[in-house]
Amino acid sequence: MSMLNVGRPTAPEALPDNDYKHPTLTGGRGLLQDEALIFEMGAWDKTGVDLDEVDLDLSDLGGLTRDEAIGLPGLSEPEAMRHYVRLSQKNHAIDLAIYPLGSCTMKHNPRLNERMARLPGFADVHPLQPQSTVQGALQLMDSLAHWLKTLTGMPAVALSPKAGAHGELCGLLAIRAAHEAKGQGHRKTVLVPTSAHGTNPATAAFVGYRVKEVAQTADGRVDVADLAGKLGPDTAAIMVTNPNTCGLFERDVVEIARLTHEAGAYFYADGANFNAIVGRVRPGDLGVDAMHINLHKTFSTPHGGGGPGAGPVVLSEALAPFAPAPWVVSDGQGGFRLEEREAGEAAQAFGRMCVFHGQMGMYVRALSYMLSHGSDGLRQVAEDAVLNANYLKARLETEMTAAFPEGPCMHEALFDDRWLDGTGITTLDVAKALIDEGFHPMTMYFPLVVRGAMLIEPTETEPRAELDRFAEALLALARAAKAGELERFKGAPYHAPLRRLDETRAARQPKLRWRPESPTALAAE
Amino acid sequence: MRYLPLTDADRRDMLSVIGVEGVDALFADVPQSARLSGPVDLPRRAGELEVERRLGAMAARNVTAGSAPFFCGAGAYRHHVPSTVDHLIQRSEYLTSYTPYQPEISQGTLQALYEFQTQVANLLGMEVANASMYDGSTATAEAVMMATRVTRRKKAVLSGGLHPQYVHTTETLAHVAGVRTERLTPAIDAEAAVIEAIDPDTACVVVQTPNVFGTATDVSAIAEAAHRAGALLIVVVTEAVSLGLLKAPGAMGADIVAAEGQSIGNPLTFGGPYVGLFACTDKLVRQMPGRLAGETVDADGRRGFVLTLSTREQHIRRDKATSNICTNSGLCALAFTIHMSLLGETGLRRMARINHAQAKKARDALAAVPGVEILTPRFFNEFAVQLPRPAEGVVDALAARGVLAGVPYSRLEPGVMDDVLLVAATETTTDEDIEALRSGLAEVTA
Repeated sequence: MSMLNVGRPTAPEALPDNDYKHPTLTGGRGLLQDEALIFEMGAWDKTGVDLDEVDLDLSDLGGLTRDEAIGLPGLSEPEAMRHYVRLSQKNHAIDLAIYPLGSCTMKHNPRLNERMARLPGFADVHPLQPQSTVQGALQLMDSLAHWLKTLTGMPAVALSPKAGAHGELCGLLAIRAAHEAKGQGHRKTVLVPTSAHGTNPATAAFVGYRVKEVAQTADGRVDVADLAGKLGPDTAAIMVTNPNTCGLFERDVVEIARLTHEAGAYFYADGANFNAIVGRVRPGDLGVDAMHINLHKTFSTPHGGGGPGAGPVVLSEALAPFAPAPWVVSDGQGGFRLEEREAGEAAQAFGRMCVFHGQMGMYVRALSYMLSHGSDGLRQVAEDAVLNANYLKARLETEMTAAFPEGPCMHEALFDDRWLDGTGITTLDVAKALIDEGFHPMTMYFPLVVRGAMLIEPTETEPRAELDRFAEALLALARAAKAGELERFKGAPYHAPLRRLDETRAARQPKLRWRPESPTALAAE
Repeated sequence: MRYLPLTDADRRDMLSVIGVEGVDALFADVPQSARLSGPVDLPRRAGELEVERRLGAMAARNVTAGSAPFFCGAGAYRHHVPSTVDHLIQRSEYLTSYTPYQPEISQGTLQALYEFQTQVANLLGMEVANASMYDGSTATAEAVMMATRVTRRKKAVLSGGLHPQYVHTTETLAHVAGVRTERLTPAIDAEAAVIEAIDPDTACVVVQTPNVFGTATDVSAIAEAAHRAGALLIVVVTEAVSLGLLKAPGAMGADIVAAEGQSIGNPLTFGGPYVGLFACTDKLVRQMPGRLAGETVDADGRRGFVLTLSTREQHIRRDKATSNICTNSGLCALAFTIHMSLLGETGLRRMARINHAQAKKARDALAAVPGVEILTPRFFNEFAVQLPRPAEGVVDALAARGVLAGVPYSRLEPGVMDDVLLVAATETTTDEDIEALRSGLAEVTA
């Protein structure tokens, strides 16, 4: 069948004013629908799940029946499908373009991992089934532990922490328990470099430690002299991210570990940036006592719009006995046992991080990724991640100012905003203008030690063509900024689903949930 | 390697743009002594087929819940999740996006979280809910820490019906934060016993309904007693479906609710990842942990959503933050909100009624087994039974006969109530399953 084209224009007509824009009548824009909230479109009596209405004697509920309306609208299946597909189209994603958020390691998420996690043998297994019925699940945890220990050169691992910050908590609790066991419970200070992730000082304070900041040198590393001066008989631990949040390897890390141990303290490493060194450097060889590993960064479990993550913590001999419950014990003959008691077998577990055994679904995905890469592939991961970052640094340095131009960076390139001096344009403006060009911005204003920081982490899964496309967009923006094209930046984004959002208003007049316009609307069921 | 796009030619070109000879030069800052000269001692790379074989072999060693009459609960429940849910959460835009730091290109995640917060608040009968926690147990521990900040008191009373692993998770955190916990003796129906333990130092009382033994409790009197003493009431819920039939914690005076949301939208997956639900009253919101989505407008006045009240959080406040939480349980929260949107109030109520109906049938069937005594007086979809011998042995014997009979209480708390078995039923439980449990139990305990 062919379309009848008689009388129908087949080329756009020239308009008098090419800049003419008008708001649409519906709020929709091309493929982007203006989507209402489910509370504005669903119905209290509609459901997208076919379930029978059963006759029921409610006497076993002890009079606790819920008689009033709950306030949960329902959608039919086609309506639900459209609602969530429409919303999805308003998200940037790694599957769409580079997602260069420094410190977040937004890499490709293999779909094989998703398929493996959904095998009924993993997904449809209850955490408290008899252990004889979950030998494969325990074997998987044991295998994952073996890979993590081998890659880090550490003798033990606590798998159960549910995210990076939860892993930090686990590591500090083990450190605290170890000090108490040695009669060193009076040690109450944790040293944290000024460039650290916010979770480091937050975690230390959360477990009752005083946080003391360690200065940074002009070349972006821990100031070892300042550290040496601050280590003392009250120091419980030092928390160092390596490679650090400036994207640099701590050259003096072995000396930092030596000084820390000499002072009777433990060395906690934030492993958020492990992707830069996996397969090439083992933290155990650097003198680390505890390090969390974000499986959702280095080992590609999907970020899912903010979680779930997983943050297993590898531990040194000194800290291993204090690992939290539970852990897997292998009988060496293919059989496995989950030890859920908090004491016994020379163990002095400091407690428990969570109910059950941690993020099994993430363990499966991470192991699937490790098996796929193998020891050789993982080494290549680190090399390509570092190569990509240095390539972007080299290309962007022609217009932008690198915060630490001397020497190579690791997996991420850090720029400051000196190149914007005199333009009236800020780091935030550049980020929003990048959105217009189709890219997710880099991490902005972090680390705090660099003015107007722009932290760019491409990861190893970006092809060269995408790196070039991103670099050219950013270089073009840099030239536009220097040419004084203020409007391009100050009003950006113009082409995203929404323009710049008023975050001040959101915080001053918090509206954290939908409420009916009239209080009776809910009850009108 | 299939996940690595660079070719050797790319690598050579890029190294020359950077101006170094080889990739080793980029690792120049690593001390020589710490550089590995070759791959570590682990297997080499593997294709998809090979990985499927190896992981498939591990998966095949597990007995799946769907392959047997299945009655395990104790904080994780097997429910039917519509296929639409798993399809939608695997869309690239949800699966492969990050925390919505750039709201203009994250409205999908943000609007879904705003809807999630509203659903959770309404389900729990509370004024405000956050964008999720790791799971119910860590949400409970955080709730206790929050109560100590609000009241500036340092003692928490935990009921004897609170899930023992929730107790241990909370104690682990409380202990280092200098918060005293008083946990009452485990008992089937004793949530109200917390009232006796309230004193002027008490920041909060923590009760669970239905509790770990399945007992549903009206906590109104506990709320009154706590409030009279200037303490907060924290209510824990581990089976979210129960709220389709049971009175909401908010309607009984809860100040904070910490709940496990796994039942809605999320598979068992051997214990995680799950999704913690966290809700409180409006006046406590600035002490709440975790991320919050809020409504605002853009430069053109169009409605939009952003992460808000972040001055509570670690990336702004560092060591003064309300919590160290950063990553939450975003995709599990999305699964929850999609499943809940499909259910709606009508579907949730029907689902809850079927759960209760099947649990009643299971209760009636087991009550008829000689030597078995039903312990739980008021229940939703789970109840405790006393067996004539230790429950672990009985459960193992039934597993050998192909029945996953439930969770021995002693699995949660070694050495305590050895002869108590926790039995849960849901809409996935058939009448044939119940008969298999009854006859198996009768044989094994005879």
